[in-house]
Amino acid sequence: MRELNIVGKRAPMLDAWEKATGKAKYTDDLSFPGMLFGKILRSPLPHAKILRVDLTEALKVPGVKDAISGKDIPKKKYGIVPKAKDEYALAIEKVRYIGDEVAAVVATSIEAAEEAISKIRVEYEALPAVFDPLEAMKPGAPIIHEEVPDNISATIRKEFGNVAKAFEESDFLFEDNFETQPVNHCPMEPQAALAMVDHQGKVTLWSSTQIPFFLRRNLATTLDIPESKVRIIKPKVGGGFGQKIDLYAKDFCAAFFAMRTGRPVKFVYDREEVFTCTRQRHPMHIYLKTGMKKDGTILAQQFRVVADGGAYNSTAPLMITLACFFIMLPYRIENLLFEGYHVYTNKPVGGAMRGHGIPQVRFAVETQLDVIAEKIGIDPLELRLKNAFQAGEPHPAKLLVQSCGFSETLKKAAEAIAWKEKRGKLPFGRGVGLAGASFPSGVSNMSHISSGAIVKIERDGSVTLLTGAADIGQGAETVISQIVAEELGMQLEDIRITAADTEITPLDPGTFGSGVTLRAGNAARMAAQSAREKLLEAIAEKMEVTPGELEIKNRRVFLKENPERGFSFEEAIKIYQYSDRPMPIIGRGSYFPPAKEPTTLLREDGNFSPAYSFMTQAAEVEVDPKTGRVKVLKMVTAHDCGRAINPMLVEGQLEGSVVGGMGQALYENVVTERGQVLNPSFLDYGIPTAMEIPSIVSVEVETNDPEGPYGAKESGEGTQLSPAPAIINAIYDAIGVRFKDLPVTPDKVLEALEKKSSS
Amino acid sequence: MKRILKLNVNGEDLEILVEAHKTLLEVLREDLGLTGTKRGCDLGTCGACTVLIDGKPWLSCLTLAAAVQGKKIITIEGLAEDGKLHPLQSSFIEKGAIQCGFCTPGMILTAKAFLEEIPHPSEEEVKKAISGNLCRCTGYIKIIEAILSVSGREE
Repeated sequence: MRELNIVGKRAPMLDAWEKATGKAKYTDDLSFPGMLFGKILRSPLPHAKILRVDLTEALKVPGVKDAISGKDIPKKKYGIVPKAKDEYALAIEKVRYIGDEVAAVVATSIEAAEEAISKIRVEYEALPAVFDPLEAMKPGAPIIHEEVPDNISATIRKEFGNVAKAFEESDFLFEDNFETQPVNHCPMEPQAALAMVDHQGKVTLWSSTQIPFFLRRNLATTLDIPESKVRIIKPKVGGGFGQKIDLYAKDFCAAFFAMRTGRPVKFVYDREEVFTCTRQRHPMHIYLKTGMKKDGTILAQQFRVVADGGAYNSTAPLMITLACFFIMLPYRIENLLFEGYHVYTNKPVGGAMRGHGIPQVRFAVETQLDVIAEKIGIDPLELRLKNAFQAGEPHPAKLLVQSCGFSETLKKAAEAIAWKEKRGKLPFGRGVGLAGASFPSGVSNMSHISSGAIVKIERDGSVTLLTGAADIGQGAETVISQIVAEELGMQLEDIRITAADTEITPLDPGTFGSGVTLRAGNAARMAAQSAREKLLEAIAEKMEVTPGELEIKNRRVFLKENPERGFSFEEAIKIYQYSDRPMPIIGRGSYFPPAKEPTTLLREDGNFSPAYSFMTQAAEVEVDPKTGRVKVLKMVTAHDCGRAINPMLVEGQLEGSVVGGMGQALYENVVTERGQVLNPSFLDYGIPTAMEIPSIVSVEVETNDPEGPYGAKESGEGTQLSPAPAIINAIYDAIGVRFKDLPVTPDKVLEALEKKSSS
Repeated sequence: MKRILKLNVNGEDLEILVEAHKTLLEVLREDLGLTGTKRGCDLGTCGACTVLIDGKPWLSCLTLAAAVQGKKIITIEGLAEDGKLHPLQSSFIEKGAIQCGFCTPGMILTAKAFLEEIPHPSEEEVKKAISGNLCRCTGYIKIIEAILSVSGREE
């Protein structure tokens, strides 16, 4: 491969300057003359029939321009997975959780909208509610969606190999039950939407979204208008982590009211709405049985997973499929039986969150592996190395793993945490632990599979890149621009980017399943190559050579053999133009990943993702036996991300993800009582602050994946799979107590220590 | 009820007619178009709305605009001088301390006030100083590095 100038460099994000000076515009920073402000009335009951909604008094409040309830909207269901659509933009006939949307108003001021909301009268008929997924699965439980009488809205049962036989052949069997908690994504920017309608009835929606093209489809569906009448523009987005994948009532209401009133309309959620009425990580009950040989070979695993989905599906079938398939990596599991259930309850709704269904099962596997290691007398690191999957091995589920640095991540993480010196050797209260994981680099998602890009070389020699990739703060625009600059022999600042405007940019699946760099990066690379070829063709003609003899570098086009012979980039463009070729020079690229849409894998074998990343997290903790407080002193994150296009941004991804994972191990939990969220604020919920963070060592393991652009794979999402089990395993090393439910709060530690000392 | 407020924002004396109950955050964003100050929670728990009032970090979402008349208010838009970025802004950009950027304005202003008080802090002091400013993207690591590098105490 030729020497790289831009790819692989630590470059600040292209929009960092805007963000550092306050000039970056997020959805709520936009406004238009005559704009109206909206508010949503939400259900105070977890499960009820809506008998009557009276908007009369609300409409009398000065400044109020319009009000609607569920009966005013098109009766069109939406959902992120087409076959699992189960939600209306506003509840029709029935509410299914506290916070479900019942009615909405718009007014000339937010105060007037708030006052109007308080004047809407709703008559409900309360229905019996169910809050525990295990109860909801039982016959006779209240039915939350009439079309799903057993409340189990997604089921998967998948067997690879022969699990019963493998259990018989096992020397040891291990059975454990695990529980995980609901976690809120907590993006710093609350969800917002702003809509405008033009004279032809076309809706333009600025939205805090991760998936503009998906939002276009869902919004067109719920408004019951053609997709061509909807334009989605993604301004700056203040973090998403999966929570900004779904359409929300704010998107629908902004657009619907804009259509009804002819005025610009803005809806912004408050923090309580973000906590209670958006999405959260699915809490799970996990039963895990593992069959082992004496020598530490994993023979078989059986899972029974019950995911508490809350009131609606969101990504349900995809989430449960991800959980199943990502048990099959990073270890060699020849025999697996996975039964998974997504169950409705009258609680906040589960959705995609960084890791999406996998961190929960990873917690179970990695915690049990340490139980196993102790029981059969093998070092936990050795046990993992022995079972580590290697690149090129045939995979029992037919996953095509072309690059795999898992063993190396294990070794490097162990070295960085001083495993040999510390494991089992630290004084009481101090300990180390580790855990592994694997994650896809792109999940094909239902009809928006290919990623497109356009690269334009303009008359003045500048380059414009059009991509549908949605930068939500992770730096996607920067990384993709680096790829284009590299291909065209330019500097990063030569590239202008227009991203994620469904009217202008080519289709892209969006920020989803960690595929942006791989999918949109490959598409942009192809587009740049195509533009480059067009330019070189004209120059070759002029110089009477073949295009293959030419090179572009440092804004010059020249003969490889004789770099003196050539033209400046500007001269080259002039030559191109004078040869009567169309301007601007346009290169198009489209990338279709060699992978199947995941839910089809429930029926047939196939590859899940174009590439797989691998990672190991290691933790050192200190447990205070007096207070029960766990302090994470150090985290090591060793990540095989293929080749890092921008190592500084990769580090940022890893560090943020590790700290989030630590929060989920020790602090975070959306607490509900009879469906009511009790801690819907930062103060009560408690994400990690700067005071809690450990020192973090990021170890990049580069593997150069053949599918990824310049060998790049996922980074940052898979990182959140294993901090929790690494920390929980370290706590065991520290105090000899094994926790099987999250989060491990001080009261649990104290109780466990008391139990331990009394037994 | 509306009343006339006299505010000094980013060095400029302003007279504006606004509802008397408006918070400083609302006035900055809605009446003055200074949207660099962010609304993350409106409850004083996230720090995204931090501005400087007479050099001290304040939560503008919990501050009535009427209460800060006669004081010097600095927002993120007023930090660069003569088009030249404040060293903290440059350092946040170069060190990769900015991801989604929503916490950035509040974080930078908190850091500015802190470094003026303690020009050569320890890492622990930096952590404590920014503990009221939440960030979900970065894990704070590069933010702390950026602040320490300005203070000349880079690791």
